[in-house]
Amino acid sequence: MRDVAIVSVAQSHHRRSAEELNEVEMIQPVIRAALDGVGASISDIDFTCSGSSDYLAGQAFSFVMTLDAVGAWPPIVESHVEMDGAWALYEAWLKIQTGAADTAFVYSYSKASPGDLPRVMSRMLDPYYAGPLWPDSVAYAGLQARAMLDAGVTTERQMAEVAHRNRESARTNPNAQVVGSPSVDELLAAPMLSDPLRVHDCPPISDGGVAVVLAAGDRAREWAERPAWIRGIDHRIDGHQIGARDLTTAPSVALAAQRAGVDGAFDVAEVHAPFSHQEQLVLDGLGVGNGVEVNPSGGALAANPMMAAGLIRLGEVATRIMDGSAGRGVAHATSGHLLQQNLVCVLEGGD
Amino acid sequence: MNVATESSGGGEGLLEAPLIIEYAFNRTTGPVIGAFVTGLRERRVLGIRSADGRVVCPPVEYDPQTGAPLEEMVEVGTAGTVTSWSWVSQVRDGQPLQTPHALALIQLDGADTSMLHVIDADGPEAVSTGARVRIRWAEEPTGAITDIACFELDGGAS
Repeated sequence: MRDVAIVSVAQSHHRRSAEELNEVEMIQPVIRAALDGVGASISDIDFTCSGSSDYLAGQAFSFVMTLDAVGAWPPIVESHVEMDGAWALYEAWLKIQTGAADTAFVYSYSKASPGDLPRVMSRMLDPYYAGPLWPDSVAYAGLQARAMLDAGVTTERQMAEVAHRNRESARTNPNAQVVGSPSVDELLAAPMLSDPLRVHDCPPISDGGVAVVLAAGDRAREWAERPAWIRGIDHRIDGHQIGARDLTTAPSVALAAQRAGVDGAFDVAEVHAPFSHQEQLVLDGLGVGNGVEVNPSGGALAANPMMAAGLIRLGEVATRIMDGSAGRGVAHATSGHLLQQNLVCVLEGGD
Repeated sequence: MNVATESSGGGEGLLEAPLIIEYAFNRTTGPVIGAFVTGLRERRVLGIRSADGRVVCPPVEYDPQTGAPLEEMVEVGTAGTVTSWSWVSQVRDGQPLQTPHALALIQLDGADTSMLHVIDADGPEAVSTGARVRIRWAEEPTGAITDIACFELDGGAS
């Protein structure tokens, strides 16, 4: 295996609606900042991979236009995933492993604000059994929360505590959208949004993006004083029919963690749990216990740009390794509804 | 899908063109999903037996655990038990019920897995995990999951 590291990270200041910007205008400064972080231009990059969704952009092949923000002339070697950018990073990491590239640029973004996001999300479901029912993504997530509450895996208070802790942590995150939280008791006094979920249990709707530079070996050492080395990365998926799954566990998190070499010895964990009840499932799957700082950024409950919130988790851990505030961390990204697909990445400082 | 957006009639002299979003393809549903939706048209519900003997409903073409192809269709009941639910307070276009309702997972009698559908109920206090529900059929079946108009609570239909 080649040693590959994250050497630069930039993200937008996520907000409810970047209505004065199109996708290209929104992501271009982020792309520039990530390249500037290592003093590189796109001609120094061997492979570029992005993550975005036509369903959110409302247009086929929408990512092609966003390439204008990268600069695709002279021609570049480029790919795209209709997934969270964490999977674009996985593809770029693989490309470097093959030896076909030494450097890679990864970015992802979305504007969810123009549409009705909970309704758009229903288009991700199978077109025969679930799609025709147009279940909104909040009520859909509520099915998992209810299963966990019924099984005693979590309580409404524990869910509120997760929401409270994440949004209080977001106070130190300059890119967060929802910063600070009322007390847990005040949260629990609020009415249900979609029983058993209250507003605080749900992620905000966000516009935003993130960009990351990857480099192998000596190039990484040249570009960064403290590269955040990818020591393990894996992604796994559970069945898509939620009625045939045990919704109180996340087996694909545990499997990906095992394959990525997760051993619990971390300074920091950033997990992509858009709904409050999901954080516990991910942490259980990762086997991350007490003593590990969880989501110092505030996680997806503080800002949830679709297609980017997972890659941001990798970026948050990498940033802490690069600035020396953490030595070793684990990042998790999820794709699909109810933690169906999960990616786990172990990042580490040192040589 | 073929949705023509009516032009709303702009000002004098403005050029207008309809926006037509269409999916100009037919999909075949195959031997398993096809059998299921055909069954619904006849007001019967079919599951499929998996490798470990469990009945998966709605049926899947491949075993969820082993990936082996499945083929033994099994008829299950038209009533069942709620295994999870949430309350849809803000109804959206296209949903089977246009009044607030429950989104639910329902394990039909004779099945070992649960089906996603909706329950017509007066409010969240009327619904609970373990509640018994039965199918309310659509008046004009078309061979789709929406041939099940919704589920209604046993003994307490709203």
